[in-house]
Amino acid sequence: MNPARPRRIRIDGETRPQLPRHARLRFDDTRQAWVLLVPERVLAPDDIAVEILKLCDGARRVDDIVDALAAKYAAPRATIATDVVALLQDLADKGFVVAARDTAE
Amino acid sequence: MSPSPTDVPPALADPADGVAVLEPHAGSVAYGIPLAVLAELTHRCPLQCPYCSNPLELERARAELTTAEWKRVMSELADLGVLQFHLSGGEPTARRDLAELVRHASDVGLYTNLITSAVLLDRDSLAALADAGLCHIQISFQGSVPKAADRVAGLNGAHAKKIAAARLARDLDLPLTVNAVIHRQNIEQLPDIIAMAVDLDADRLEVANVQYYGWALKNRAALMPTPAQVEDAVAIVEAARERLAGTLVIDHVIPDYYAVRPKKCMGGWGRQFFNISPSGKILPCHAAETITGLDFDSVRGNRSVAWIWQHSEALNRFRGTDWMPEPCQSCAYREIDYGGCRCQAFALTGDAANTDPACTLSPLHERLFATAEHEATAGAAEFVYRNFSGGTAEGGGRRR
Repeated sequence: MNPARPRRIRIDGETRPQLPRHARLRFDDTRQAWVLLVPERVLAPDDIAVEILKLCDGARRVDDIVDALAAKYAAPRATIATDVVALLQDLADKGFVVAARDTAE
Repeated sequence: MSPSPTDVPPALADPADGVAVLEPHAGSVAYGIPLAVLAELTHRCPLQCPYCSNPLELERARAELTTAEWKRVMSELADLGVLQFHLSGGEPTARRDLAELVRHASDVGLYTNLITSAVLLDRDSLAALADAGLCHIQISFQGSVPKAADRVAGLNGAHAKKIAAARLARDLDLPLTVNAVIHRQNIEQLPDIIAMAVDLDADRLEVANVQYYGWALKNRAALMPTPAQVEDAVAIVEAARERLAGTLVIDHVIPDYYAVRPKKCMGGWGRQFFNISPSGKILPCHAAETITGLDFDSVRGNRSVAWIWQHSEALNRFRGTDWMPEPCQSCAYREIDYGGCRCQAFALTGDAANTDPACTLSPLHERLFATAEHEATAGAAEFVYRNFSGGTAEGGGRRR
């Protein structure tokens, strides 16, 4: 049997996250909510998740995203960083967030 | 909607909580428009699989919706709030206008998934689909052993073409689901099928045991696995899920004949999904036309899709619970599984309102289980192939 080629990426401050082509974030006018469309499923990101995902443009690093949120919210930067990394790592494990190619390795 | 600058973001106990799976109109009484719709663009197909999910009476090419009609339907669906559009068949790539349809779906904001046998795809046609905005491709496989898989498909060389198309899809960065239809004659290949999906760099593998309607019911004796085989398969999938976490997602559809509770078929009849047949009929599932006496509305009539979804007599026939006889009517599970599958109830009992015999509470369950077990051990190996002339028995001499 072939050894599994791990696709898992590790999210850290330097990662430049973006959505792959099979994960599409859009506003659904009918349900008046943001949705993340992925194969066979529709995900309903909450307000914070939407804010984070909108910043995942393949150019910003995770640290930049955390800075942007820290400037906007009163929470401690470390708390925000923990939440952002946890959310992105969870989505990356499911294949719905990838690292921009030029930063790979 | 957007939080003020002084808002404190809530701590995420479980990061997955921030991005929950959206359930279609959970708990609502009205039947909200489905999140996803499946379009059977055509019943034409170069393969002849004996478990084809299309009806025994296939719709002819001349009855198919035109390009303009499909485009109108897609626009209507998007306006209604449908988010995902599965392009299926028959073999959807048999439609010459497929890329045009995918482009239109993308233009109106639908998330597109192509469900294909892939034997008609080459680099150019796949690239055209990717350019048109295709979001995801699902390729069916009949097994992992080329010769045996080609026999099931009824087409020599089919397996090799599928492998080639799957690699091309990944070259184009299209996310890939491998769909493996499982039955007695290929269930022993499961470990190799899992390895094949990994080797093809698939994102997801569907291990889908045959469901016995239409063509598959005709071929049940040749397809039904034994309970022991099904148990082994469950263990193999469980182990693979653990081993391949983060690499490959595996969905497993278990044959319901051996289940205790019936499946909540389609999430309930007409509750969260519909299917459009090649000629435009709106169906609660691909097999619904096997139930006689139901008149399904078509998008070709003068009714809107929204009207049909809310008011179609056939869709309303088995909505809710009022239609249920006993033992379903007083059953604690009646709104959990809705009495199982209407098509299976009709096929096996002659009345679509009866309890699905897959349920242990059905008076027919014991007999069904015994029949399945008997066929699994004594059943013949030969197939009746799917085609437009009512099926063709497998030729003599070519046994495995």
